[in-house]
Amino acid sequence: MSLLLETCISLLLVIGGLFGLIGSFGLLKLKTPMQRLHAPTKATTLGVGATLLAAAIAMYWQTGSASWQVVMISVFLFLTAPVSALYLAKTHLHLGKDPLPPTSTKADWASKRR
Amino acid sequence: MLHLALAFAIGCFALALLLNLWRLATAPQITDRILAVDTMVVNIIALIVLYGVQTGSTLGFDAAMLFAMTGFVSTVAFCKYLLRGGIIE
Repeated sequence: MSLLLETCISLLLVIGGLFGLIGSFGLLKLKTPMQRLHAPTKATTLGVGATLLAAAIAMYWQTGSASWQVVMISVFLFLTAPVSALYLAKTHLHLGKDPLPPTSTKADWASKRR
Repeated sequence: MLHLALAFAIGCFALALLLNLWRLATAPQITDRILAVDTMVVNIIALIVLYGVQTGSTLGFDAAMLFAMTGFVSTVAFCKYLLRGGIIE
């Protein structure tokens, strides 16, 4: 039982570390700003989620009581990552560095309507 | 086995933090800088939690939670400032 638990925690830690590294590497490597938005918001969130899950299991295993902070952190991160990604995409669109394609109607894009 | 995996994860997140710092220094646009800071906050949370697992204390987890909250709020405030020219309307 103990060996199985240790294997699970180690596997989650390795997966989390690799995904976190891949996310930050993608932020450096990808070409356009909207492509660069993908790597940290998805890969890094998954990596940190796996790390937090491993930490929760490990702390429960070591101390015998689940720590509510880890659960709170993971819920908060998984809730806020899409919101910050949406805000960054909207900021990029409104700064107008690369132009949007025309809409087929007279109306402008919905994000630019006041 | 757990010590090795823990050291590997800490190394990965430390390297990720360095890559983020490099991106922050050489970012082509302002949105990349905000994104780099946001990713740095997430990686720092992972490092704090991993340190807590290594030392076996839950003392740093509150700090990690504070980091999560302030990181999100600072990202949104920065974007809001760039979008509208002000944070509180």
